Amino acid sequence: MDNQSDRITLPPVNAQRTNMTCHFCIVGCGYNVFKWPENVEGGRAPSQNALGLDYNKQLPPLAVTLTPAMTNVVTDRDGSRHRIMIIPDRECVVNSGLSSTRGGKMATYMYNADGLTRERLKNPRLYVGDQWIDTDWDHAMAIYAGLLKRTLDKDGPNGIVFSAFDHGGAGGGFENTWATGKLMFTALQTPMVRIHNRPAYNSECHATREMGIGELNNSYEDAELADVIMAIGNNAYETQTNYFLNHWVPNLQGGTADKKKQRFAGEATPTTRIIFVDPRRTPTIAIAEQVAGAGNVLHLDILPGTDVALFNGLFTHVVEQGWIDRDFINQHTNGFDDAVKTNRMSLEDASKATGIPVEKLRTAAEWAYKPKASGQMPRTMHAYEKGIIWGNDNYLIQSSLVDLVLATHNVGRRGTGVVRMGGHQEGYTRPPYPGDSKIYIDQQLIHGKGRMMTWWGSNNFQTSNNAEALREAVLRRSQIVKGAMQKAKGATDAQLVDVIFDATNKGGLFVTSINLYPTKLAEAAHLMLPAAHPGEANLTSMNGERRMRLSQKFMDAPGSAMPDSLIAARIANTLKAMYQADGNATMAARFSGFDWKTEEDAFNDGFRQVGQPGVAKIDSQGGATGNLVTYERLRAAGNNGVQLPVQSYTGSKLVGTEMLYTDSKFDTPDGKAQFKPAPWNGLPKTVAQQKEKYRFWINNGRNNEVWQTAYHDQYNEFIRARYPMAYIELNPQDAKELNLAAGDIVEVFNDFGSTYAMAYPTKEIKPNQTFMMFGYVNGIQGDVTTDWTDRNVVPYYKGTWANLRRVGSMDDYKRTVSFKSRRFA
Amino acid sequence: MSKETLSRRTFLKVSGTSVAATAAVIVKPACAATAAPAAAPQTSHTLLPYVPKSVASASQMTQGQPLVFSYPDAASPCVAVKLGVSAPGGVGPNQDIVAYSMMCTHMGCPVAFDSGTNTFKCGCHYSMFDAEKSGQMIAGQATENLPRIRLSYDEKTGRISATGIDGMLYGRQANVL
Repeated sequence: MDNQSDRITLPPVNAQRTNMTCHFCIVGCGYNVFKWPENVEGGRAPSQNALGLDYNKQLPPLAVTLTPAMTNVVTDRDGSRHRIMIIPDRECVVNSGLSSTRGGKMATYMYNADGLTRERLKNPRLYVGDQWIDTDWDHAMAIYAGLLKRTLDKDGPNGIVFSAFDHGGAGGGFENTWATGKLMFTALQTPMVRIHNRPAYNSECHATREMGIGELNNSYEDAELADVIMAIGNNAYETQTNYFLNHWVPNLQGGTADKKKQRFAGEATPTTRIIFVDPRRTPTIAIAEQVAGAGNVLHLDILPGTDVALFNGLFTHVVEQGWIDRDFINQHTNGFDDAVKTNRMSLEDASKATGIPVEKLRTAAEWAYKPKASGQMPRTMHAYEKGIIWGNDNYLIQSSLVDLVLATHNVGRRGTGVVRMGGHQEGYTRPPYPGDSKIYIDQQLIHGKGRMMTWWGSNNFQTSNNAEALREAVLRRSQIVKGAMQKAKGATDAQLVDVIFDATNKGGLFVTSINLYPTKLAEAAHLMLPAAHPGEANLTSMNGERRMRLSQKFMDAPGSAMPDSLIAARIANTLKAMYQADGNATMAARFSGFDWKTEEDAFNDGFRQVGQPGVAKIDSQGGATGNLVTYERLRAAGNNGVQLPVQSYTGSKLVGTEMLYTDSKFDTPDGKAQFKPAPWNGLPKTVAQQKEKYRFWINNGRNNEVWQTAYHDQYNEFIRARYPMAYIELNPQDAKELNLAAGDIVEVFNDFGSTYAMAYPTKEIKPNQTFMMFGYVNGIQGDVTTDWTDRNVVPYYKGTWANLRRVGSMDDYKRTVSFKSRRFA
Repeated sequence: MSKETLSRRTFLKVSGTSVAATAAVIVKPACAATAAPAAAPQTSHTLLPYVPKSVASASQMTQGQPLVFSYPDAASPCVAVKLGVSAPGGVGPNQDIVAYSMMCTHMGCPVAFDSGTNTFKCGCHYSMFDAEKSGQMIAGQATENLPRIRLSYDEKTGRISATGIDGMLYGRQANVL
């Protein structure tokens, strides 16, 4: 490591080169990994380095993205040391050589014993007495699987609780969702499972799926072809960066007009416009005004939680104006009349509810839905994310939005689509969930249910709603087990399992965390198992346009860390052996089918078996043609991969699907899309009560520079110096009134909890509103989110109110942290 | 020593977002380097041989008037600014004169100085850097802060010299070619 960071080591021409899809956001940019012996370097001449670039002179702008963060030195298990470089792939159609500030740090975040990843878990750790000790997998499994068996044998699977990832990218992947799913649902058969970011096992897109429309139904290219982009509760520059920069911006600048003319002969191609629905002026809106011109940007800054009123108002208006596709509605949908009746809302009433002037609503409807000069309906892409997903009634907002989209036929035509933008990548392949209702797992834990809690690639101490109450209950119950374990001096593994089990009879909870790092869960855990991430294992995922790629293994995981798929197999195989030793063949059989040597074995066992003869039902984003996909074929497909579902394997190439529903056949039994009545009900009572008592709306979300819980970023000075604490943006007048200056520490509190944040006065934030970083490691916003959820146990993370109180002033922050506006202007 | 001060308006024009304008700034900088750098000392060393270079006189620096120079060579455009408030690494009577590379660390596009906020902004991918906070990235797609040109100040003569760089310049294997 060179602390000066004023030079880099270039890869030699013969450096090993592999493919890597970015670990982080849904967009899944393509990167190339170079790896070569530590003591070798390439020369500056283009013929002397693997990049083919002439480093004898200054490179021109946009020639490359290559920074010290994109390099590292790694050590494999044979002791050999190599340099690595991970840079964006110019040939990848997703990002065309662009890198975001998140993906650009991938090399830095690979394991280096001297690097900022030195805190990685290398071996299993057990909390013994009053300290963490390293142990081996056999010992860890004797305790963990032993306790699983005791629980299963005593009272069945309901005492076994999980919070697990269900996605792609790092901490996910088709291999790992399959393996964990097979363990939880087929082998253990527990319904006591929640997903990493919500407190039950449920979809974030129930309504749209019931309406027959999967949430990822277009291609990134459709954002280049749209006449209008309706961006709803999303902040693309910060959270889907290169989708925005590489596909939205060119359209907003007019750069795709020729492409549109070519694709849509005889159709007008008006200046592209963009409509944002968001109570907050986001950094994306500021940039959109720069690139499209303020006159082509409309910001519907609705009052918090009033999305349903907005969409119902627009829906009623377009029906009245006749800006709908009658033929499409008649031939390919059901339920239109009921929706018109239930959703009826005049623009005046919608204006009253949302706080948006009627004229502005009218303009939005004209831009997005009024037929073009050439007569055709405009191609309007509707892209939504957490403003809806974590909004005031996920189910109802999605219903009202998709009603509007169906009426105006903005799905299944190129340049349209009603799509979620996504957070992380996708990678779902699992047996069906073994339950018929949705269980609010956090409440179960709070109320003393469960004997064992395993957080698998997730960390709800930072990311749940009502998080303080969850932590309080888990820490208290964990302590009961810790106390019992501390007294069990000299206990054999079997005796320790007995001790722990007895403690769970007294309200105790045995906590396991399977992750890359200790994380905040180490405060409660008794056992930690070390996992691997992409690059240390092969891993497949798909992005927001269903583009599946293989991230290739290029280095070993630290210590004895393993990919999640092989951890799941190890747990299952241990249990199988335990039941065999008991002579219990029936139970042993439940834990069979995990005889995998590699993650590819897990891939072949799950993703590729869907719909095959004699194979039990599997829910998979790869569908029944998943069997056409192999690691070898994906390697050949490189960073462009294939868009699921695969249509065929033709001419040595996987042929995929660019857009769904182009034939207007939807995912319902009769193939017709289903309108869904969506009445406007106002705020939920629990939330309304907080609003009545407390002054500030605590809006919250992600920002560009920090990924998820900051599990890597918290160790990186580039990030830590910028955001030493979760910031809370608030209006400067409000700040003045509260005697708050930039860099002061504030307490944020309401009936549900209290947390701290760093004050960041921001003129773009409206009075009595705030925006706080979600899920951060220092200052946990979820502490003040209510326990209210929609009918499918999806929380309203965006909707809580609290008061602010100045706690103190941090000279260090004031000296080192920038408090300039994060909006480009 | 050749140098040039630009009004903010001109500066922004030069630092536009088009690649052509960008290339013009970098390939044909407004100011050429002085004589070839002096030979590095003949000792073993691990630091790059940054050669000090006089860039300005403190008295000619005024707030809102960025001064463009190149460092450590003609192909590396830099800018010195007088912030009006003292800043880390700042020199001059008020410790408020700082200098930075004009090439965004993300992909090398020119950053424009906004004297209203003392920030640098990149028009290519919208990264922003705070001149008052050591070039800290305010928001954006870079993975490194804006390289800060280390300055020294001679109280007797008022000369300000560049003496090195904190951070890595875009588009190079090493800061010193």
